[in-house]
Amino acid sequence: MIKTPGISGLIFEEPLLWEKGKTGRHGMSIPASDVPTAEFPMELQGAGPDFPDLSEVDIVRHYTRLSQWNFGVDSGMYPLGSCTMKYNPKINEKVAATPELAAAHPMLADEHVQGNLQIMYELQEYLAAITGLPGVSLQPAAGAHGELTGMLVFAAYHRSRDSKRTKILIPDTAHGTNPASAALCGYKPVPIKSGANGILRVESIAEVMDEETAGIMITNPNTLGLFETNIREIAEIVHAKGGLVYGDGANMNAIMGVINAARCGVDVMHLNLHKTFSTPHGGGGPGAGPICVTKELEQYLPVPRAIKDGDMYRLDFNRPDSVGRVHAFHGNFSVLLRAYAYIRTMGADNLKKASQLAVLNAAYIKEKLKGTLQLAYNRPCMHECVFSDALQVEDKITTLDIAKRLIDHGYHPPTIYFPLVVHGAIMIEPTETECKDDIDQFIETVKLVVQEGKENPELLRQAPIMAKRRRLDETKAARNPCLCG
Amino acid sequence: MRYLPHTDEEIGAMLDVVGRKSLDELFCSVPDKCRYEGPMNLPDPLNEWSLTDHISDLAEAMKVNHKYKVLIGAGSYHHNIPVTISALMGRSEFLTAYTPYQPEMAQGTLQGIYEYQTLTARLLGMDVANASIYDGASALAEALLMGLRIGKKKMKVAVSAAIHPHYREVARTYLEPTEYDLIELPMDKNGRTDLSGLAGIDSLAAVAIQSPNFFGVIEELTTLGQTIHDSGALFISCFTEPLAYGLLKNPGECGADIVCGEGQSFGMPRSFGGAALGMFACLDKYTRNMPGRLVGETTDLDGKRGFVLTLSTREQHIRREKATSNICSNQGICTLIAAMYMSSLGGSGLRELARLNYDKAEYFKSQLIKNGARIVFDSPTFNEFVVEFGADFQPIFKKLLEKKIVAGLELGRFYPELSGKYLFCVTETVSKDVMDAVAGEVKP
Repeated sequence: MIKTPGISGLIFEEPLLWEKGKTGRHGMSIPASDVPTAEFPMELQGAGPDFPDLSEVDIVRHYTRLSQWNFGVDSGMYPLGSCTMKYNPKINEKVAATPELAAAHPMLADEHVQGNLQIMYELQEYLAAITGLPGVSLQPAAGAHGELTGMLVFAAYHRSRDSKRTKILIPDTAHGTNPASAALCGYKPVPIKSGANGILRVESIAEVMDEETAGIMITNPNTLGLFETNIREIAEIVHAKGGLVYGDGANMNAIMGVINAARCGVDVMHLNLHKTFSTPHGGGGPGAGPICVTKELEQYLPVPRAIKDGDMYRLDFNRPDSVGRVHAFHGNFSVLLRAYAYIRTMGADNLKKASQLAVLNAAYIKEKLKGTLQLAYNRPCMHECVFSDALQVEDKITTLDIAKRLIDHGYHPPTIYFPLVVHGAIMIEPTETECKDDIDQFIETVKLVVQEGKENPELLRQAPIMAKRRRLDETKAARNPCLCG
Repeated sequence: MRYLPHTDEEIGAMLDVVGRKSLDELFCSVPDKCRYEGPMNLPDPLNEWSLTDHISDLAEAMKVNHKYKVLIGAGSYHHNIPVTISALMGRSEFLTAYTPYQPEMAQGTLQGIYEYQTLTARLLGMDVANASIYDGASALAEALLMGLRIGKKKMKVAVSAAIHPHYREVARTYLEPTEYDLIELPMDKNGRTDLSGLAGIDSLAAVAIQSPNFFGVIEELTTLGQTIHDSGALFISCFTEPLAYGLLKNPGECGADIVCGEGQSFGMPRSFGGAALGMFACLDKYTRNMPGRLVGETTDLDGKRGFVLTLSTREQHIRREKATSNICSNQGICTLIAAMYMSSLGGSGLRELARLNYDKAEYFKSQLIKNGARIVFDSPTFNEFVVEFGADFQPIFKKLLEKKIVAGLELGRFYPELSGKYLFCVTETVSKDVMDAVAGEVKP
């Protein structure tokens, strides 16, 4: 009998916030007033919101119980492909909470906030070193925000050359946000099919790249977990027609210290600090999506940027060609702090080793599971490997069933049904922070689930049975939306 | 390295399985010309204690630190944060989870966001709130784009000049590569938006007003809303200080169609401007045009109540380039923080705290006036107000700095016509003594 981590736990029910409490309770203290009461114009006055009044204990118990229905990286393995669910170091949280840094108002004079500006400046330098692209903006608040900022840079660059471009090339193995980010800048996405081996063909780009195309958005390693080996040749074709190359760096965790984005011909690249650089995902955010660009494009980056001026760090607003601001202040600074702490803790050798081990873990899973699940492309994988449910068709078991059954066994499921180019995709990204024992246990569990599917398929179709809730009706939620209680 | 668990033996065993001789060989598919040459130029690794020392050096380099009274708001406010929030948001089940794609494993996050959406909608007087946008500035930009989507063929949007200058900059950045025009509407001598020119603008999809505005001035939202609707445009109501709605009429009552703003006031430290929280809400009829994630209620196979991400057909991963926005992540944990804060205060507490903030600012105004300063705009304000001093204020500013007080924000770089005037902010964190100290220095 295989031992899996998932057993039934102590799970409590908990009502919605407004289903508990009593008017007049307080959940936090409010200081007594030391000033006289002032008149407030009646015509501007409202009734105040209908919020429940709760005590501190009510609040603490409510959120503690809610947290117990959640699964995080600290709970167990979270092999969600494309999301790089690596361990989020505890020291980073302490650094982010440093009172002197965290209390800083974003509009204080430069000389009053030298510590924070130094962190921003140095982080810019580190990200430049990691990508090989010297110009960095820390403002974008998430990966898709970085993509949008990158597209704004594309638009500003072409405008400066009086070049009117309306299209952008986006391979079918690029990240899902890319088309929408490009569309916001008025570019019409031109979809490009990847080759039979999952890799972009040089000819596919050569056929469509023209002088009305702003460039290409390429995810490398791509969403199949494969390195785009033709990227240099593709970049040359795009550059020859006056276009630019956007590198979606969401999969940077595979290639730190191994690949130089600038040498690949990439002009603009965003990084997901909440993936590669260990900052927690927080159940959906906040993230940070800084962009790195070539020297030639640096002038278009958002303002302000941190610079070093003699012994002083300053915010530089004086960049007339800048695309402007993309954030009210300096981006998600508290996330930047965590990434700074991570890079300072790791150093160059450990970052490279992290990428090597992330790739090793994925390659190992690919090798061990390739008979159990159908491998989408049999090529050397990077940090993630993509399977499908093709071998389970005869058992009438789907990717969804496998995913839901993994929950019962104590694992967060892999990314499913993405990338779209693989029917019934199962995309596994273990990350480097999972040890061999835990990877082995996961592999055995996937094999167990597939076996269960053969012997008792209903078990999978009914899964999960051990979670807080059984399968939830997503169709009902969408058909009759109830978005507010 | 403590984050990398592999022993050399394990690496050897795993390499054997995958048929490679070394870690380098795992990258055999990468052409030489793409490779990184030499080591990355990064500082040597620091252990936990050296890193802590390094961070305290950086903390010491902050001349204005947490012990200072910073009398600046302007979109980033200092409020008391109960310690329960850091304890609860720090629970790693919340913090180290991803976007809740597998709802059965993320009911905590999902119920938490659903509660945030509900409290936000109630606060703003709207039907629906989304699971958040990056910050107040991007929320405004997204609201304007949403207005253009609803307005179909209309080509223009307008924003009040009394909206936070950085928000207007971000809106300009977002609209720059599009074919749409962004118009700025002037303000009157009382620091309120002047809509007298509105009738002369054609093809107008939406108009955005901030209240309380950048100067703390409470706009006459109901009247402005009527004028905007009369012009055939949507009324977008924007804010930087949601605490005000504990006392003020909410934007929904005033006729707003879309409401957007910054939620940092609700339990988040200033943190140099981020992570912040873009709050975003609208009337029911516009829900399908709304950007961002939404959590909805449903049932499981046993008929029990549960929550899922929903209406994702609006979103980028399904609709690709036709999506309502490219936004993918929200501000996740910040929504939980805001909900924890709103529910910790409760309806009664929010009222009391808003009132206290109002009273503080009114007291401060009265003391400044008593000592010869002038309050520039003769309109009701919340938390913030603009002050003009008889003489050059810089020497006094410097003197107060020595007393660990940062006395306001000079406005010249945002509004040349207000050069030499200062925007002040006081909240419940500023005592009468501090206000008296500032007023005392102002005295000629």
